[in-house]
Order: sequence, then structure tokens, then C-alpha cells
Amino acid sequence: MGTRNYRRKTSHSEHGPGDGGRTGSWRVERPVLDESLCIPCKRNKEACFICWLYCPEIVVSRTIPPRFDLEYCKGCGICAEECPTKAITMIDEAHFSEEKKAKE
Amino acid sequence: MHIIEDGNTTAALGVKLCRANVIAAYPITPQTPLTERLSEYVESGKMKAEYIPVESEHSALAVCIAASSAGARVFTATSANGLLYMHEQVQWASGARLPIVMCVVNRAVGAPWNVWNDQQDSISQRDTGWMQIYCADHQQIIDTVIKAYWLAEKASIPIMVCYDGYILSHTTMPFDLPDQEKVDEFLPPFQPDYALNPDEPANLNTVTLPDVRIDTKGQLAHGYMEIRCLLQEELRTTLQLASEAEKRFAGIFGRGGNPYLEPYRCDDADYVAVGLGSITYQLRVCVDALRKEGIKVGVMGVRYYRPFPDAVIADALKGKKGIIVFEKALSYGYEGALTSDLKSALYEHLAGTGALPSVQNFIVGIGGREIHTRDLTENFRAATQGRVSREPSWIGLKL
Amino acid sequence: MNKDFIQIRWHGRGGQGAITAAKIVAGAAFVSGFAGVVTAPTFGTERRGAPVMTSLKISKEKIYDLSPIETPDIVVVLDHLLLNEADVTHGLKKDGIIVLNTPMAHETYDFKNYRLATADITAISVEAGLPHGMVNTGIIGSLEKATRLLGIDILIKGIEEEFRTRKPEKNSLAAKMAYERTETGD
Repeated sequence: MGTRNYRRKTSHSEHGPGDGGRTGSWRVERPVLDESLCIPCKRNKEACFICWLYCPEIVVSRTIPPRFDLEYCKGCGICAEECPTKAITMIDEAHFSEEKKAKE
Repeated sequence: MHIIEDGNTTAALGVKLCRANVIAAYPITPQTPLTERLSEYVESGKMKAEYIPVESEHSALAVCIAASSAGARVFTATSANGLLYMHEQVQWASGARLPIVMCVVNRAVGAPWNVWNDQQDSISQRDTGWMQIYCADHQQIIDTVIKAYWLAEKASIPIMVCYDGYILSHTTMPFDLPDQEKVDEFLPPFQPDYALNPDEPANLNTVTLPDVRIDTKGQLAHGYMEIRCLLQEELRTTLQLASEAEKRFAGIFGRGGNPYLEPYRCDDADYVAVGLGSITYQLRVCVDALRKEGIKVGVMGVRYYRPFPDAVIADALKGKKGIIVFEKALSYGYEGALTSDLKSALYEHLAGTGALPSVQNFIVGIGGREIHTRDLTENFRAATQGRVSREPSWIGLKL
Repeated sequence: MNKDFIQIRWHGRGGQGAITAAKIVAGAAFVSGFAGVVTAPTFGTERRGAPVMTSLKISKEKIYDLSPIETPDIVVVLDHLLLNEADVTHGLKKDGIIVLNTPMAHETYDFKNYRLATADITAISVEAGLPHGMVNTGIIGSLEKATRLLGIDILIKGIEEEFRTRKPEKNSLAAKMAYERTETGD
């Protein structure tokens, strides 16, 4: 493998965000974390990370607290759905643009 | 009455007007809205039919085969890999001589995965014993669905009504919605030659021997080869039947003409572009542009692809300097299937007459690659100035 | 602008209803005597929230070329934030018209060589009683004000027909209000 340029002859890509462009602009709802409910935050140790595991776009970090890469997060809401402590809430993007407007 | 709808809704309205009894389909892009419309018509009672949701395309056609064997007028539709998954049943339907109408909403096949338009899906089913008709706009989609039932039921041969995914399926344009009464006049209820009947049990298409045999009634029954030969012979005679259908249709609806070909500015043309589906209408714009430059060109859409109207095509192209075939599919390892078929027809009917045109093959729009009219025009022009390549030439390739 | 063949490109987001809006204008154009009307969405990108384009071609004669618009006469932008994400003026003819839904003032923008029409359709639609973010009927009013193409009455009729089971009065009110409040800079 590698010498016959196989990867260029097929459709081949590496996993990770960005293969479909800057998908963050597709988002209608944004995931927001409540650290007081999040298991790794509460225990301050590496645990749970169901959000990281389930994110189909690989935009949730395996850190304390877990972070969402909003550049690429499509807002699918799977993290919020799967979170065992309901620490993630999906909030309408309009709320953030209005917040931004209010600051300006 | 003129209405504006997308191509999938147009096809669904056609199926509704034809009063199909049984619909079985599995959704696949870009066919999905077609099956959605039909299930809405059935659910709301606007259409009296049995809609059978299935778990795969293979099952969709299997249901149609069973229902058609029992005497129902049936419909299914698919695209791309769905059609490929259906392939075994596709062959079965024609061998069983069932008048099934199926819309193929043309889409590229995997791998790699792609949901956009080309015609590799239906072209790859060219040799299955089905009739195949290609549509260039919404009026043709709805009219062809109606004619397809008449043809299929007359010939006891299934038929694919093919139209380009997205380019036609998701594009809206106005068309004349035929009146129900007129459709009923054109297309009487399905009278099957034979239908399964519990009172007279029968075996259908079980093991059929290489040679003829004496059956239980002491009569000589066809072997496999006779049955297959009859499929070929009767498929060829649907060419005449298509003419009859067109005349009947024109008599009732006041539109129609040549069922096989759709020529545009071909009469005095030196070079004629040939293709299947919506690209042949786009090529009309190129023809107009090149005519303004003084280049005598025309375009001929092939509507009826199987059976192949070889004599009509050869006659239409006789004496032309060159034929330029724009294809959205190819027989991998050689060239576009339509190009091969055309060459064969030209050789058969024109060899030795001195009226044999040269043939150039362009491959275009594979996997939904955007077809820019100016690119088409440029390549069309180049092909009138001498042969571009012996191998198929790919338009818009960035390799 | 050649009024025998008009090309309008719509920029919106998946789910915003740009396709429906284009279809309403197409229907109104057809009954106004344009024999050729074709709408075509960006193929295959029916993703909620993603920037999408829809082509609308209006012609006195049947349209044979279904390829996407490359040199529009008019572009309609349903969300001003799209200006940062999409090259909305790409191919726009000189003196072409931009119809923009924006909360910002007309003079905030400087589109050289183009004519701009603006209205805060998002706010107008809420005022007309529609849910937040429903802007596809309001923008039709702005389009008409900016182009004087078909007349507002026939468009209102088209809107009420399309939305006959989904708040037709509120949708047509949004279009009427947008028509009145669109700033064209003239």
C-alpha cells in the first residue's frame, strides 16, 4: 500500500471536522453546557465523556469541561440527547445573535 | 390546465391519473419526493390504491411483480443503487412479461457515494429486456408515464420512464396537467392476458428446461430459449406500438409527434449532437449559439432507447458529416453505451453508402458535475472542426 | 434589465423557504404571461441552516437551459449574515439589484455598481404575526418594490394560494408591509 497511489484513486478522507466545509454556519441551535450538572466537571476527573463519544462531527473535546468547536458544530443535538445528566441544552442561535446585537 | 410543479410531483400526478392499483417503493434520493407524493395521495384518499411500504428496492419490485401477476396495475420508482439492488427482480419482471411501470430518477452509482445526477443507473440496466424512455422536461414526464402504461400493457413488457435527478426531479416548471377523463379514454382499465386466480392454481416461471417439453395437458410447451426469443421479438415490435401510442395520444391530447427522436434544427445540419434526457434541451441553446456563428448544427434527443430505434436514427443521421454524442454514462472499458449503439445502427444501415458520418463521444456531467452551457458549446464547436479524440473525451474534468 | 428574460438568484439558509418563495414568484410570472418559468434549488444540499441558493429564470419563451444562473439580474438575500459566508454578488450584472433582509440601515452598505433594496423582513414578519424567522413571504414584497416586475397584487394572490392552509393573511400582510417599507435608496 502507498506506492500505487490507491488513496487518490478512491474517495478517501481522514476523520475529523471540516471535511464538509465550515459547517458551524448550518447550526440552528447551539449546545450549551451546565458545568454544575456535568459529571467530569463535578468530579474534576476524566469520566463519562458520552458527549465526546457520541458527537458525529468530532467537535466535542475530551477535556474538563468538554468544549464544543462551534466553527464546525452543526447543532444536531445528539450530545444533549445522550448526556446522562442533561447537562447540555440546545439554545436557539437567534438568542446569541440578539445578545450580540444588544452588546453592540 | 397548466400547473407549476417539480418533476417528481409531475410523475406522481401521472401515476395518479393512470389509476395505478398497487404502489410499492423504497425512498432514495432524488426519487424520494415522488414516493412521498404518492403515499400522500393514497393516505388522503385522493388516490384509490394500495401503497405497500417495503424494506428495500428488491422487495419493492418483488411486490410489484406479485401484484402485477395478480392483474393489478402497479408502479414503483427508484434511483441509482436502489435500481442496482433491484437488478435481479428487474430481469425477472421482463422475463415474466409483466407490464410494470417504473420511474428511474437518474443518479450516479457508488462508489464513491454520490447523490447527484448522471445516467449510469438506468444505462446499466439497458440489457434487461425492459423498454426505456428518456424525458427532457415535465410535459414529457407526465405524458410518458401515461403512454408507458398503455405500451407496457399492450406488449406485456415492463418499462422504465427515466428522467434526470435534480435537474428535472427537483426543478419546477409549468406543464399541462392532462384531464382525468381524457386519460381514462386513452388508458382503459388494465385487462391482463392472464392473472393469478386461486380457482385455477398455476406455476409461474419455475424451472424451465433448455429444450421444449410436453406439458401435463399433452401440449408442446416452450423451453427457456423460446420464451427469451419471444421477449426479444416482441420488444422489437414495441417500436411500431410506440407509433400507435403516439398517434392515439395525439388524437386525444393534441400533442406529440415522433415517439423515438426529438430533432431540433437537424434538417440542413452538417453536425448533429445526440443525447438522452435534459441535456438535449440544454444543447438546443448551444445549437442556436453556433448557428449564429454560421456553423450548421442541430441536436437530436433520443427518447426511446430500448428497444433501440436503429433504422429511424440511421435515417435521420444519413449524410451528416459528424455525430457528436454527449453522454452521462459509459460502458466502462470502452465508451458511452449510446455511442456504441449509434455506431452499430449507422454501420448496419449506412455502411458502403458513402453517407456514414464520423462519431465523437463526450462524457459530461458525471456525478452531478455542473454542465456549463458555454463548455458544451465550446466542445460542440471543436468537434465540428475535426475529431477531438478517439477515446471518449470528458468535459469539465479537472484531472 | 432585459424584461424578456430575467434571472433571479436567491440566497437563503436550508429551511428558510427560499424555494417556496421562488416558486410563488414563478407562478405569478407564469400567469402574467411569461411562458418560461423555471426554479431550481442548489442540488443535494437540503441541510437545515446551511447556505443554499435557488435559481429562478423568467422568460417570455419556454426555457431549455436548466443549468444554474451564472449572471443574475437580481439577487435576493434572505439573511444579511450570508454576506459574510457567500459571494452573493458573484456574476451579478452591472446595475443589477440586490434585495437584502437586514436589520441595518440602507446607508450602512456600499455595493458599487449595484442597486440595493433593504428591509428588516425578520422584524416585519414578526409584526405581521408570523413566527420568528419566517421571512420568505415578506421578502417577496421587497423584491417587487425593488424591481416593479409583476405587480404586488398578483404576488399577494400567489402567496395566499401557496399558504392557503398556513396563515395566508399573515403571510400576505408581511409581503404588503415589506413592500411599503422597503428602502431602495432612490
